[in-house]
Amino acid sequence: MNLAAEVLDNGRALLVKAGGFTLFTLRMLRVTPRALLRPSLIIAQIFNTGALSLVIIMLSGLFVGMVLALQGYDLLQRFGSTESLGTATGLAILKELGPVVTALLFAGRAGTSLTSEIGLMAATDQLAAMEMMAVDPVRRVCAPRFIGGFISMPLLAAIFGMIGIFGAQLVGVTLMGVDAGQFWSQMRGAVGLKDVTEGILKSVVFGFACSAIAVYEGYHAVPTAEGVGRATTRTVVTSSVAVLVIDYMLTAVLL
Amino acid sequence: MTGSATAAPASGTADAVVSLEGVSYAINGRSIFDRLDIGIERGKVTAIMGPSGTGKTTLLRLITGQLRADTGRIQVDGTDVGSLDTDGLYRLRRGMGMLFQNGALLTDLDVYENVAFPLREHTNLPESLIARIVLMKLHAVGLRGAARLMPGELSGGMARRVALARAIVMDPKLLIYDEPFAGLDPIALGVVLRLIRDTNDALGITSIVVSHDVHEISALADRAYLLSGGRVVAAGTPAELNADSSPIVRQFMGGLPDGPVAFQYPAADYSAQLLGAEVPR
Repeated sequence: MNLAAEVLDNGRALLVKAGGFTLFTLRMLRVTPRALLRPSLIIAQIFNTGALSLVIIMLSGLFVGMVLALQGYDLLQRFGSTESLGTATGLAILKELGPVVTALLFAGRAGTSLTSEIGLMAATDQLAAMEMMAVDPVRRVCAPRFIGGFISMPLLAAIFGMIGIFGAQLVGVTLMGVDAGQFWSQMRGAVGLKDVTEGILKSVVFGFACSAIAVYEGYHAVPTAEGVGRATTRTVVTSSVAVLVIDYMLTAVLL
Repeated sequence: MTGSATAAPASGTADAVVSLEGVSYAINGRSIFDRLDIGIERGKVTAIMGPSGTGKTTLLRLITGQLRADTGRIQVDGTDVGSLDTDGLYRLRRGMGMLFQNGALLTDLDVYENVAFPLREHTNLPESLIARIVLMKLHAVGLRGAARLMPGELSGGMARRVALARAIVMDPKLLIYDEPFAGLDPIALGVVLRLIRDTNDALGITSIVVSHDVHEISALADRAYLLSGGRVVAAGTPAELNADSSPIVRQFMGGLPDGPVAFQYPAADYSAQLLGAEVPR
């Protein structure tokens, strides 16, 4: 009985939160056209969420590509088809690992910084001060950060994919001795525009979800040190789960 | 709480810029204000005083429309705040300036850009004109030389002066100060005190100062309201309040540790708790 009531309560709380998130996102989308009139604010956020995430994205891309080539080589060797290594790594990185791993890293690096920044602005009355100056904080603070993250994410995923394939080539061709011609020609033959588009589409959707979640959590954080900390954790957890769930759904639809 | 002789409501006075009539407000069923009547006269510095936790900041939020009163009417310059939608509130707030307790400067902008912020958001003035206005306002608070410092590099007093420059940059009719003296050293305190008076008189605006610093308010305010238990318990000039004989006013103005506002937070019986060695639940 008690358990049922608790489950019901939690379910209701989840629904209320989902509703709040949807309303907030719609509110943000409504002010987006006006926010776009201030490109300097958006460019600053592309720098914050995108350029400042470059090192971690590139380093991760390189190692993901390298380990993928290592595992792929071991697997393909058992079937005597190591020449397919280019196809296997190319498809895995462009369709799946590129967008997903980038989104997870994005949530951890850029998402947390968005949430804590907005949360701390609320905790130090900066958002209230804006409201008192008749400036809508959703338009001035939230929307540019959301748009910046939304633009950065697909670009980061593209860079991750490129570096990942380079890493796979480094291990597969240079270290394991797969023929470079076979590696590249097989990849070029098997990886089509549809596969690349699938990866781009995923990264666009992930960018939307991760940025919206990060901004929402920051704006609704309890304005204390503890509240901002909790909101930052929620950003990472919610974004990560959302990315994995959306990834499955998109893959099922697009395959 | 018993009303004192001077606790006559001043709302409805002919020249009230802000008037609260019968305003009640509760948070989660806990009453913060109970039929509050306050009138803020044009061109004067009015202080709102009261012990911590009496809802002084809540009162400011009600006046600026950040919160809505449960009952009663709040008028600012003849406009009923409760009837305004978001756009209406934003229009109203363009005629107000508010100074937050810690300044609430935007931490990613330097001093100059902080003061220029309202101008950039609300006007299409050319850069040369913005620069002149900002420098004039910064000069008025004595911080023209600090224009390129970041908020993190300012002392508490300086941050509040920058916030004051920002609050007056749109030439408001009403200026609201939330605890402007909290945590300032005597010199900074003197500077802020003088700035509030000078700004009020030079620009011909109306000021509301929320504070519990009796000494400073006595030197600054033209009129003061003392709030306690959700009601106005005394109102008048600081001199009148100082001469008031009711226990709550005496306790507050004299800074007495015990009185109508008890030193002890409500608790179970002391001896029973000690003898029973009961851990408070």
